[in-house]
Amino acid sequence: MELTGAQALIKSLEQQGVDTVFGLPGGAILPVYDPLLDSSIRHILVRHEQGAGHMAEGYALATGRPGVAMVTSGPGSTNIVTPITNAHMDSTPLVVVTGQVATTSIGLDAFQECDITGITMGVTKHNFLVRSAHEIPRAIAAAFHLATTGRPGPVLVDLPKDVAQSTMEWWYPAGVDELELPGYRALAPLDEGEVDRAVSLIASAQRPVLYVGGGTLKSRATDELRAFAERTGIPVVTTLMARGAFPNSHELFLGMPGMHGTYSAITAMQRSDLLIVLGARFDDRVTGRTTAFAPEAKVIHIDIDRAELGKIRRPDVAIQGDVATALRALEAAGAAPASLATWWSEIRSWQAAYPLTYDEAPVDGPLRPQHVIETLAANAPEGTIVASGVGQHQMWTAQFWPFEEPHSWVNSGGAGTMGFGVPAAIGAKVGRPDRTVWCIDGDGCFQMTAQELVTARSEGIPIKVAILNNSYLGMVRQWQEMFYDERYSEVYLSPDLPDYVKWAEAMGCVGLRATNPKEMRDVIDEANAIDDVPVVIDFRVDATEKVFPMVPAGASNDDVLVHPSQRKETR
Amino acid sequence: MNTPEPFAGEPVHTPVRHHILSVLVENKSGVLARVAGLFARRGFNIYSLAVAPAERHARFSRITIVVDAESAPLEQVVGQLDKLVNVVDISDIAPREAVERELLLATIPTDVSNRTSLLDILGLAGASIIDVDPGAITVMLAGTPTSCDELERALEDHASVELHRTGRLAVPRLGRDVPPATSERGPR
Repeated sequence: MELTGAQALIKSLEQQGVDTVFGLPGGAILPVYDPLLDSSIRHILVRHEQGAGHMAEGYALATGRPGVAMVTSGPGSTNIVTPITNAHMDSTPLVVVTGQVATTSIGLDAFQECDITGITMGVTKHNFLVRSAHEIPRAIAAAFHLATTGRPGPVLVDLPKDVAQSTMEWWYPAGVDELELPGYRALAPLDEGEVDRAVSLIASAQRPVLYVGGGTLKSRATDELRAFAERTGIPVVTTLMARGAFPNSHELFLGMPGMHGTYSAITAMQRSDLLIVLGARFDDRVTGRTTAFAPEAKVIHIDIDRAELGKIRRPDVAIQGDVATALRALEAAGAAPASLATWWSEIRSWQAAYPLTYDEAPVDGPLRPQHVIETLAANAPEGTIVASGVGQHQMWTAQFWPFEEPHSWVNSGGAGTMGFGVPAAIGAKVGRPDRTVWCIDGDGCFQMTAQELVTARSEGIPIKVAILNNSYLGMVRQWQEMFYDERYSEVYLSPDLPDYVKWAEAMGCVGLRATNPKEMRDVIDEANAIDDVPVVIDFRVDATEKVFPMVPAGASNDDVLVHPSQRKETR
Repeated sequence: MNTPEPFAGEPVHTPVRHHILSVLVENKSGVLARVAGLFARRGFNIYSLAVAPAERHARFSRITIVVDAESAPLEQVVGQLDKLVNVVDISDIAPREAVERELLLATIPTDVSNRTSLLDILGLAGASIIDVDPGAITVMLAGTPTSCDELERALEDHASVELHRTGRLAVPRLGRDVPPATSERGPR
């Protein structure tokens, strides 16, 4: 069967089981958009290529399946570099197809030419420039294999226009052996000796903590984690990337670690004598000053990426492997500590002294952002997926949203990409149309990518957006208040400009506003009653509210700033 | 710490704690950029780098990289390198366990006044003359990095010497325990 390269590309995506592509056409990718008309693949036409990338990420985070985006050459491709970087930092499986100028024009500064494989070399797991139509099936199959196996990540396939227009005899790689990846092996076998050493470290631990990272979700190890934690009674902390990997309501759960983690999670790690690290990478936002982090702890580090083992903290036991497989091996070996009763009584005292808290909102407003999040969550149906942008609202959501199940949290961790929330929520809703999807956003973030609500309305993707409008770039404001003597530099945005309600309406969405707790409850009910179009709520929240607890940047995790109301009585 | 700064100032000496990575890569366009980009991105210092098609297959190339082991832990360099999809195999050769050789080419202006002393130097160094014209000679030395260093220093007194070095190649020394390859992968 003779196909054009463009047809072969679409057919290859179908072969991979792709149901949705997020994209925006242009000159160099034009040939591929023609056979798309005849395909069963749903194409979501975005308003900016960055939106396509974040939607594909949201889709991937909510479903566990790779997200797919397709854009044109030049600026189309550079516009998607931010989502690619974001996916690289968060190990999100993504396949991005970019159009490229014809092979005969490459290197000649042709119209809309850009060296996107060169640009993305450092922010993709791998990328391909396809030089013949015959190679398209292999490149696509390899891209999906690379994106989804081992440590997942973004893979870019750059397709020159003449390659898309030339013809090939259809074929498809029958298996991994035909992908011509002699240097790639997704998984190394577990080192039994290391597993045995882990078992003995666990057996002698008195103050162990399970430090659970995003890799636990990527390897779908949440059942294994729960079984291991429940059998051993070891306390669990889940990083920002691992919210939902362990139920918040579980008695073994301590919360999130790090800069804005719970006091008990941070302190348990600091006092720990054994950290069992599952698919986490000792990010600086978790460790604070690394030399002062968990000084007495031995470390069992389990990660699929061997370069993470010892990158920041030298492990006592390093197990390269998939978290689920490693946990099953630890279970099979019956790894268990002795009684943790003393440890737990210490932890319970920290939990009692320093729960997450905030001041009650005045009846007349402004709202407390944490209160808004708790009320949204209390009124959200079971299984709701929550997305966020980056900043204070993200930290409050991570703290106050009651995560109970995996893949219910869609956020930008490593890269900290403002504007991630709206498009990622759209992607999540496309991947899980059966779920309610809330995007909890900041006013600064919302202004970066809000135009994708036009996409959401026109494609029939009814997400709900809660803007925690404090009229500031709030996290920067918080740092300027706390560390720059309240000298506020370029952080004020205005609560009224733009008018978020009118803006929402202009984009075909329902726009609502709440300025006090009563209105807040009413508009949440109103928003929950709408399921056919996107809803945007402008929540007017207190601009001076700060995220606590906080470990200041560069400080030791021993120096947790708790909420002001908790400071006097205990210190 | 008095870590020598590669590429900064003369004379350039091999880093005190250097390691040799012999990296088998797929012979595809852009692979060298991926390797070099990784080193730049992660702040690993390359002291020298040599690349050519590898034994037997045109499908693979071998990159021999001398790494400044002070700039990053070797296992981190190897671990990150190993993640490059086009990298097929990495052998880490400790200098003590390596046979290292390098090629030096130098074109030296000569006249009656300096020819005798120059020929003395070349003779002592074991370099050979491979091209001659009335005003200059081109010499080569294939030898240990140290012998190339010595010849380079000896030629410093001669004006306008144009000197090129390839960077070293290395293989494990025979008759000792050959260090295990740090990556178990091999070409299929």
